[in-house]
Amino acid sequence: MNELTQVLDKNGLIVAFLLVGLLTWLTDLFSKKVLKSRIPGSAIAIFLALFFGYLGGVVAGGEKGLADVTLFKGLSVLGGSMFRDFAIVATAIGASFLLIRKSGLLGLISLILGIGVFFLSGVALAWVVGYRDAVSLCTIGAGACTYIVGPVTGGALGASSEVIALSIGTGVVKTIAVTIFTPVFAKKIGLESPGSAMAFGGIMGTSSGVAAGLAATDPKLVPYGAVTATFFTGLGCLLCPSLFYLLISALLS
Amino acid sequence: MIQGLAILSFSFLLGMWSGELLGSWLGINANVGGVGFAMIFLLLTKEYLSRKGWWKFDLEFGIEFWNKLYIPVVIAMAASLNVKSALSSGTLAILAGIIPVFLAFWVFKILIKNFPTSHE
Repeated sequence: MNELTQVLDKNGLIVAFLLVGLLTWLTDLFSKKVLKSRIPGSAIAIFLALFFGYLGGVVAGGEKGLADVTLFKGLSVLGGSMFRDFAIVATAIGASFLLIRKSGLLGLISLILGIGVFFLSGVALAWVVGYRDAVSLCTIGAGACTYIVGPVTGGALGASSEVIALSIGTGVVKTIAVTIFTPVFAKKIGLESPGSAMAFGGIMGTSSGVAAGLAATDPKLVPYGAVTATFFTGLGCLLCPSLFYLLISALLS
Repeated sequence: MIQGLAILSFSFLLGMWSGELLGSWLGINANVGGVGFAMIFLLLTKEYLSRKGWWKFDLEFGIEFWNKLYIPVVIAMAASLNVKSALSSGTLAILAGIIPVFLAFWVFKILIKNFPTSHE
């Protein structure tokens, strides 16, 4: 038994391949046999993974969900930003450059709309809860954009560590919400073509959430959503601590 | 196979570098659009090699493997998110994480209805 734990401990990434493979095999089977393919197996797998991430946080109490349990630590390598970005880039091989170029303007408009919507509604909610200083309002609004924009903005403006932690929490909730609600609402909101997926990526912004949500909706749309979503965090880091902060503090005084 | 993977890696690194350069040029400590640039480099490389007649199925296989691995990576990512602390960081985090998403769905629906090219 001791030897087995040693092997599993040394080969975390391989264990992660096995775990994810087993999980998708089970969810595919469940989707086909029980749900008659009404919900795709990958959507169930992503949702279950979020649930396991929650359980992992309860058991291990760390910051990386299930990956903080020693046996499952390889999941944070397989699901880390390097593999995530590399695999997203690989999805471009099934995309059409022509379509991306044609929807470029729509992508740009959606990026600006998206950052505005998330920032402003985040600021408004923080105001309702009782925050009144421009720094905290901006940091929470930035956290509503993504969990990277939040701490970058908070750091730049000198927000308190509680507010920065709150902005990260907000961003992670957003990623989870986009992951879960995208496949649910895709048809209702008209998310079905490559062009609309590009607009979706620009408006939603969270690379992880858009990527996971589109994967659960229609994997063919993933590259189009990802190509615009990737600009969201950078643009947010640029606008939130500068232009948006100046606007909010001007509004307050 | 490995040549295809090398093309993918080359596009990836070049794109990430462009993203970092754009980030520091804008004066922010973040990668701006690195993944997007990498995707465009990959598409352009494929286009160029296809025109020259050098693109082979074997090259595509190395990239296709990573394309297919994408959903498993997302599943692993979902399992390693900090779901617990996100849900326990308070009502504001949950409200400010969810309400804007619904608002954005609504904005998206309006945008798509009014932007003709997006239907094609």
